[in-house]
Amino acid sequence: MLVLLRLAFSSLRSRAVTTSLTVFSIALSVLLLIGVDRIRQGVQEGFAGTLSQTDLVVGARGGSLPLLLYSVFHIGTASNEISYSSYEHFRDHPAVLWTIPFSMGDSFHGYRVVATDDNFYEHYRFRRDHSVEFAEGGRAEGIFDAVLGSEVAKQFGYHTGAKLVLSHGLEQVSLFKHADKPFTVVGVLKQTATPVDRTIYITLYGEEAMHVGWEGGTPPALGEAPPTTQIRKEDLHIDTISSFLVRTRSRITTLLLQREINTYKGEPLTAIIPAYTLEDLWNMLGYVDVALSLVSSAVLVVGLVAMLISLYTALNERKREIAILRAVGLHARQIFALFVLESVLITTIGAVVGLVAAYGLLWAFHGPAESHFGIPIAMVGLSTRVMIYLGLVVAGGTLMGCVPAIRSYRIALIEGLNAF
Amino acid sequence: MPAIHLKNVSFGYERQQALLEVPELLIEEGERVFLYGPSGSGKTTLLGLIAGILTAKTGEVEVLGKDLTHLSLSMRDRHRGSEMGYIFQSFNLIPYLSVRQNIGLPCELHAKRRKRITASSIDEEISRIASRLDIGEFLDRPVTRLSTGQQQRVAIARAVIGAPRLVIADEPTSSLDRNRQENFLRLLIELCDETRATLLFVSHDDSLMSRFDRQISVTEINTVVPC
Ligand SMILES: Nc1ncnc2c1ncn2[C@@H]1O[C@H](COP(=O)(O)OP(=O)(O)O)[C@@H](O)[C@H]1O
Ligand SMILES: [Mg+2]
Repeated sequence: MLVLLRLAFSSLRSRAVTTSLTVFSIALSVLLLIGVDRIRQGVQEGFAGTLSQTDLVVGARGGSLPLLLYSVFHIGTASNEISYSSYEHFRDHPAVLWTIPFSMGDSFHGYRVVATDDNFYEHYRFRRDHSVEFAEGGRAEGIFDAVLGSEVAKQFGYHTGAKLVLSHGLEQVSLFKHADKPFTVVGVLKQTATPVDRTIYITLYGEEAMHVGWEGGTPPALGEAPPTTQIRKEDLHIDTISSFLVRTRSRITTLLLQREINTYKGEPLTAIIPAYTLEDLWNMLGYVDVALSLVSSAVLVVGLVAMLISLYTALNERKREIAILRAVGLHARQIFALFVLESVLITTIGAVVGLVAAYGLLWAFHGPAESHFGIPIAMVGLSTRVMIYLGLVVAGGTLMGCVPAIRSYRIALIEGLNAF
Repeated sequence: MPAIHLKNVSFGYERQQALLEVPELLIEEGERVFLYGPSGSGKTTLLGLIAGILTAKTGEVEVLGKDLTHLSLSMRDRHRGSEMGYIFQSFNLIPYLSVRQNIGLPCELHAKRRKRITASSIDEEISRIASRLDIGEFLDRPVTRLSTGQQQRVAIARAVIGAPRLVIADEPTSSLDRNRQENFLRLLIELCDETRATLLFVSHDDSLMSRFDRQISVTEINTVVPC
């Protein structure tokens, strides 16, 4: 058997061009099949890992997906604010264990600024039970305190004590800067591999203070704005926030509370269960997944058929070879095995190359995908689905390989030693 | 013990039509036999029966002490690989293997051939035989870079390595010019002498006939009258 393997290997190597083309087309289809699947699972795990232990996400009345995307993944913007009094109402609701308020709208060189309170450091969880931890410093407590996500800190080389001038709005190059009210970095978070890394956290008071004098939506005229040293927490009044996270006391109360929030008389609100909304998102994207998988399967079939054709047409030139192998004592069955082995080798090498390429690309792109599009992609291992794909590719190749192999078997038996 | 003993053997590629009917063919061990006959007379077919690639319709085909008609296909293959060396008219070599690998193939495949070599390793045995045949310097070349004469000598090396008891050569000289035919035949006979193998040499060209112990005409041993 080992001899056969070596024969098959040498035979393929001698037809290097055809072999590598076939290997390439199979590798390409495997790359597509597995790449699509890995990205899908990576994105799913990335999204799912971003938020844990939160039962409800609440924001102004609107679509559930946008609400989830802007409040947790920082993709897109809130359509409307909600009043702080509504937040207080549900914060103090007996069914609620804890809440985390978020207020967004400002940015720093393209990174989001999120105003929140101590509850965030206390209760926010990701990847099941991880909480945010400090690499240096501590929580933002003063009005002009800021805590940086690890990526922001790394990007600008900031440490505690650094001063930041935040921009109004989310554009990278904002026309309006809060230059009159610089923030001081009091803490830097450890890396979480979630959108937290790309966020600057300030207090809700800080958010309010920043906009003192901005009531018209534009910066106050020179000399009009009160100096930062004069702004005191007591004077600030928090009117609105963008959304908040809720942890309820039990599963059953989650559903009841969701109903209650959705029918809240005070103002139109939307409460979503994040896991369900994500599930809806994946179902929606499922069609894309299926379409891409179909395309990659088609590429695979083309690759396998190309292999079949190249092996089959080579058979006529290989009749001599078959006769020689018979003469040195190979059984017709071994000739069959030799030809099948060639297909198995081609498809196996193709599958391995495709697999390695898929992981290489995933590895190369998960960073940029996260920082440029805010799409968290987890590096996921092999799944049963990938194993099934690889198995199917090799099985398909083996099956295709049987066609030239059967013919080689017949040549071996019928043409005997007279094959010219 | 006879090397080859055929009794009442008949064979035909098509069901109805017999191509060969051989009442008796006896070749003793160690004999140098020249088998001749016109093209299409069934020489290669007869070799196929002896090598156990083709199956006789009736009769007994006894080769080197084994009755092939009672052996399974795979046992016949093993018998052929371990006890016989076979040389074709041309294109004897596997194109994607080196000369060395081509020669070593029977030893790779059959323990019996491996065990019979006298040198300390297969590689050494290959080198020894190759230098006997004057192809020592080509051993690591791809076979496609060899001349026909050189290729045929590589074929001898592969046929005799591991001392098979029967060497069959099917018109091995017909692609060579007269000088090379002489040289080829001399080397083939020498090497068969060394291992005391029986040699069955087929040709339609009877100028080489005198070099053999015995000459057999296929048309004479075959009772089927060609139509
Ligand atoms: N595989 C085969 N199938 C059918 N007929 C064959 C086959 N091989 C040879 N023949 C026929 O058998 C006859 C004898 O062929 P062969 O034994 O090759 O003769 P030789 O070797 O003496 O030239 C020829 O008529 C040839 O056409
Ligand atoms: Mg012939």
